[in-house]
Amino acid sequence: MYKYFPHTQEDLQAMMEKAGVKTLDGLYAQIPESIRFRGDYRIPSEMSEMEVRDTFAKLGSQNEQLTCFAGYGIYDHYTPSVIPSLLQRSEFLTSYTPYQAEISQGTLHYIFEYQSMMAELTGMDISNASMYDGTTAAAEGMMMAVAAGKKQNKVLVSGTLNPKTREVLDTYALHQGIELETIAEKDGITDIDDLKAKLAQGGVAGVMVQQPNVYGIVEDYTGFAEACHDQKALFIMDSVAADLAVLKTPGEWGADIAVGDGQSLGIPMLFGGPYVGYMCCTEKLIRKMPGRIVGMTKDNRDQRAFVLTLQAREQHIRRQKATSNICSNQSLMALFVTIYLSLMGKQGMKEAARLSYAGAHYLCDELQKTGRFSLVYDQPFFNEFYVKYDGDIDTLYQRFIDAGFLGGVKFADGILFAVTEKRTKEEIDNLVKIAAL
Amino acid sequence: MNNKLYGSLIFELSKEGRKGYSLPKNNFGDYEIPASMQRTEEAQLPECDELTVVRHYTNLSNNNFGVDTGFYPLGSCTMKYNPKINEEMAALPQFQNLHPQQPANTVKGALALVSLLERSLCELTGLAHFTFKPYAGAHGELTGLMTIDNYHRSRGDMTRKKVIVPDSAHGTNPASAAVCGLEIIEVKSLADGTVDFEDLQRIVAEQGAEIAAMMMTNPNTLGLFETRIPEIAKLIHDCGGLMYYDGANLNPMLGACRPGDMGFDVMHINLHKTFSTPHGGGGPGSGPVGVREGLQAFFPVVSPYHGNYGVMMRAYAYILSLGREHVKEVGPLATLNANYIKESLKDVYELPINTICCHEFVFDGLKDKSTGVTTMDVAKRLLDYGYHAPTIYFPLLFHESLMIEPTENESKETLDGFIAVMRQIAEEAQTDPELVKSAPHDTPIGRVDDVLAAKHPITTYKQMVNDKN
Repeated sequence: MYKYFPHTQEDLQAMMEKAGVKTLDGLYAQIPESIRFRGDYRIPSEMSEMEVRDTFAKLGSQNEQLTCFAGYGIYDHYTPSVIPSLLQRSEFLTSYTPYQAEISQGTLHYIFEYQSMMAELTGMDISNASMYDGTTAAAEGMMMAVAAGKKQNKVLVSGTLNPKTREVLDTYALHQGIELETIAEKDGITDIDDLKAKLAQGGVAGVMVQQPNVYGIVEDYTGFAEACHDQKALFIMDSVAADLAVLKTPGEWGADIAVGDGQSLGIPMLFGGPYVGYMCCTEKLIRKMPGRIVGMTKDNRDQRAFVLTLQAREQHIRRQKATSNICSNQSLMALFVTIYLSLMGKQGMKEAARLSYAGAHYLCDELQKTGRFSLVYDQPFFNEFYVKYDGDIDTLYQRFIDAGFLGGVKFADGILFAVTEKRTKEEIDNLVKIAAL
Repeated sequence: MNNKLYGSLIFELSKEGRKGYSLPKNNFGDYEIPASMQRTEEAQLPECDELTVVRHYTNLSNNNFGVDTGFYPLGSCTMKYNPKINEEMAALPQFQNLHPQQPANTVKGALALVSLLERSLCELTGLAHFTFKPYAGAHGELTGLMTIDNYHRSRGDMTRKKVIVPDSAHGTNPASAAVCGLEIIEVKSLADGTVDFEDLQRIVAEQGAEIAAMMMTNPNTLGLFETRIPEIAKLIHDCGGLMYYDGANLNPMLGACRPGDMGFDVMHINLHKTFSTPHGGGGPGSGPVGVREGLQAFFPVVSPYHGNYGVMMRAYAYILSLGREHVKEVGPLATLNANYIKESLKDVYELPINTICCHEFVFDGLKDKSTGVTTMDVAKRLLDYGYHAPTIYFPLLFHESLMIEPTENESKETLDGFIAVMRQIAEEAQTDPELVKSAPHDTPIGRVDDVLAAKHPITTYKQMVNDKN
């Protein structure tokens, strides 16, 4: 007997009789004895809930809780209390993919709202129902550009892209036979002259840039979309979702495809996931986009209804000719960011972005005042910046940790610091005190 | 309970000047974002108070159906119970607040969990190493195929670009192969639904040097155990290929057989199927990939950190809760439940393969097709009775496929209730076919116009508004 298995001895007898077996073992008569598993797995003995709690408490106590000044694509933004409460509603949490539209209007409805909000945030026409994360969304964007291009299999990637994203792009490119070339960086930003030179060589299906870039710098992408389109290449921009509340959008920069991670929309960092990738594009690319898409329609009672649409792009219909192999996405996390964007809304998103910007610039100024830090590049940044330190970085970093801070991310010879609306002036001042020692 | 007002789109509930958030004051001094950096058009996001947002999403949830609501006999999806202790553990702040860039010596607990989970999965599958980077099952398939491709490349063998897949395979199999730059060769199934070994031999004889791998699930998508698996594995290994196991059907194997022992070299697991993590309306899942010893060097980098870590925490809590005593009961009980339903309904539904099944089986629609009532109609009518429909029109081997998987958590009473309703619907098909053909009747909405949705796609609120004008 076990709490997740309702079968009593009586049940088992009656059911085995119906099923035509004398023992449960008889159900597996067709498995060759040579590979039949018998006995016990060497895993721990069953635990009561109390013991499970205890086990996790012990593991948790071995994780240092640090005040986060790290970014590098993943940001410690505020999570409204409403969200965990709504996400735990079992009709959302324990439901399946909304293939049966009649009993999935909850899911389909919020996905429609999610798509609407992501399109607004990125300034694009269309969004899909989510991807796994920002790095794989970028990889799918890369593949989409190559599939949309005619026989061009080259994609140019800015040198100012996060190396973690680039690594995933490299993986997918290798197996797809896509050639990736790096656009040079100059003074911490993408070198447009190098871009133009590489485009002129021909064969380019897509160009990918990041905003803000890996250094936290907000790049001026004037001329990029035009240069790409002149050579029939698609322009792909990978942006930090939360920053798009105020920053010039991929749509405004003329991008064809916008990808990135929605983690910055209040999703807890949770040691790497689950987050949510987003992908948006221009209307004319809708049929080339991977992932699920929810559309509006009517039901047979003339009511407004939502349904998965354009499914002919997907694996369960087109199999090897599908635009992607994606099946499960990050649906519940799409609900997360939809609620986040509903609560924060038009004004709250801007206010949080302004706080992050201000906090980061205040930290940067205070660090520079110590005389030991200097910005590596003289470029505008948003809420993340890249500095050199005139001492031993490892020692400094450890000092931060000993004082309870995750003092940024060590990157090449410098440190990337990020600040969000969660960081108080007091926390920043304390960090600076440690830094100045 | 469904309040129509709150069932509107959130944008329709928005009003300028409302706010649903509170943030600290800005006391950093005078730092203005330069105009040149800023977007010229505001994002048209909602402006709602907190209660409106709560009511809206609460009402939306009332239009949904979860495992916690009722029986979900979806073949191939393993809609088992999602234990709440798993949720509690995944919400622990000592894990929630960890940035993945924290140095290893400051996250010893988080890393220990990864290695403890890995060891458990190795034990349960008979494989030697796991990577947790894949975010979902299909992502795991891709990762596994990339691992195999990397292995062949490392041996300097660049000719192996073909993957053999049974014609009963799930759509993600060929799609994943395509994303990996590999080509699919389909092997036929016999009338009993298993792999046609002779057809496989023919394929290997003709194209053996080009075979990267064979990709299959066992039990297969019909719920049948491939008894010749040791011979199949040998055949593929002898020609230089590797064996890939699609873990979607792993549930009935817990307590019965391990993929590693079957002869598989690489596999993925769907934690959101076999290991009870919630489906979440379509994700997040987790698709860890396991390999036999010697292949771990070929794992590709398909994500930056440890994949969907929160999902892994849930799976680990599940394994600890069941323990060695009960993990081995999962397979037999799931299998018993499936066979019980099959035997109870095969007189009214067409059972093309009349044999013992594993955790799932396929009906080919109603036995009596003269009424014109299809599998689609049966599925929609089930919704009226408070059941989620089974998987329909997959696998493609039968025209009116109805694939039923009951999982080990369902009681005899639940199954009896389902059986009674299925019999009721079969009878309705005789006595009142129009009732079934026009179902569902008791759901928030009726059948939707798919054609309209695809012909004239409206996928955002902005498009909806523009369309009206």
